[in-house]
Amino acid sequence: MSRLWIEASTPLCLLQDAGRFGVRHLGVTQGGALDWVSMRWANWLLGNAADAAVVEIALGGFSLVAEEDCCLALAGADLDARIDGQPLKPWSSFTLAKGQRLRLNQPLQGARAYLAAPGGFVAPQVLGSCASVVREELGGLDGCGSALAKGQQLSYDGQDCAPREVPVALRPDFTANAPLDLVLGAQVGDFSGLSLFDAFNRDWTLDSRADRMGIRLLGPALQYQGPAMISEGIPLGAVQVPPDGQPIVLLNDRQTIGGYPRLGALTPLALARLAQMLPGSVVRFRPVVQALAWQEQRAFLQRFVA
Amino acid sequence: MSYRIETVAIDCLMVRLFDAIDEANMPWMLAASQRLRVVFAEGLIDLVPSYTTVMVHFDLMQLSPEQARTLIREALEHLQPDNGNGGRQHEIPVWYDLSVGPELSLLAERCRTSVADIVRRHSEREYQVFALGFAPGFAFMGLVEEALAAPRLATPRKRVAAGSVGIAERQTAAYPAVSPGGWNLIGRTPSKLFDRQRDGYSLLQPGDRVRFVPVDRATFINLGGDDTPLEVPA
Repeated sequence: MSRLWIEASTPLCLLQDAGRFGVRHLGVTQGGALDWVSMRWANWLLGNAADAAVVEIALGGFSLVAEEDCCLALAGADLDARIDGQPLKPWSSFTLAKGQRLRLNQPLQGARAYLAAPGGFVAPQVLGSCASVVREELGGLDGCGSALAKGQQLSYDGQDCAPREVPVALRPDFTANAPLDLVLGAQVGDFSGLSLFDAFNRDWTLDSRADRMGIRLLGPALQYQGPAMISEGIPLGAVQVPPDGQPIVLLNDRQTIGGYPRLGALTPLALARLAQMLPGSVVRFRPVVQALAWQEQRAFLQRFVA
Repeated sequence: MSYRIETVAIDCLMVRLFDAIDEANMPWMLAASQRLRVVFAEGLIDLVPSYTTVMVHFDLMQLSPEQARTLIREALEHLQPDNGNGGRQHEIPVWYDLSVGPELSLLAERCRTSVADIVRRHSEREYQVFALGFAPGFAFMGLVEEALAAPRLATPRKRVAAGSVGIAERQTAAYPAVSPGGWNLIGRTPSKLFDRQRDGYSLLQPGDRVRFVPVDRATFINLGGDDTPLEVPA
């Protein structure tokens, strides 16, 4: 068992995995890494299972010290990571020698970094997952959903690893501003014609009101003209439009059911990119049909396996 | 049984069985959920039933959206309502008191009656669990009598105590854990509504029937209730 001591943390540094499944009918949210692509790369670097437990570090402010020589991997945002002051770029595995300090300071590019360890960090499985959901008091190191905190220890059981890098051509580009693919949902026809034009042709600005439940977008007010809705299941990435007309993209920690109309839902690849954007970023939506989005996702996942 | 299948996400389909909330929906909703679980088997990631819909989250590595649509049609063919084994009965103790249910007086005022009468009317009815959502183990129940219906608070409370029992429109519910909330609070239950040690985790399941039983403060405390008033900060 290798150990690391957490020297600094924030409420936005959380133990995560792929999420909690099979219990959503009880009102339990999904949770899990917001940028699932970067989480997968972090685990790939160490030969881990794709959903092994990682640390999700949003915006920096996280620091740990190795209690013995540790093998780790970092993927996702460039949060100005440093080992004893020396810059460490993401997308590779590395050794943190006994006594060395890894510190992630602030976002240089992207918003969320993922730190992995061989075999995954050790954490109790709560309802089948260690994903931390503070609101529901589920998951995390203590099993009660708490964020990582100064003074806690992270540990892992896996064997040490060979140095590895994610090939440059395969690394996500967090500066690209390609539109976000949105699978059209059933209520899309109940928005006014002008609102639909606006939804897919105007800029949307990420509001600072954003957390792991959802991100508000600012832009032209969208008008829903359909009947009042009865609460129903909400998929990951749903773009819902409350009465003020400003859409909210619902993320991993969203409530399980809700009654606002939806344009549809972002694709998993679009969500991974959105998770790396800071407030003030500008995005556009591109409508896609379910079958094509499905093909693209399958192809992406298969390439990953290969 | 007619229904619609709607696209909601890359790996989610909505099965829409009804257009309005009705207690008579429940045997059909329970039967549909059960059939969908059987037919999808390992291809199912999550099933999210609500009042009139069941959302099917399928494994996109195992099924295409078209295959999932076919499975839904297969599952719901010749569907028969589940009138038999569904629905346990629960008696949930509630300490109805202004110190933990501040909207009791508001409701009494609106109905031009006494607090005791509000308590009697809320507790004499048997409610059905329509859906779970909002938080783990949070059960939407109904319907409360029309006169007791009350809109949600204009400004939700930042913190509602665990066990708080409330009314919103014609629905009633108990908060399983501390959370923000906008329901009209009328009392508090000592019952543990969500327990990770319990088989099935949630005390209440869709289709269950619930009666709230008024208890006094001493009984509430004996049953493990926490009588800390609402206004005390965390």
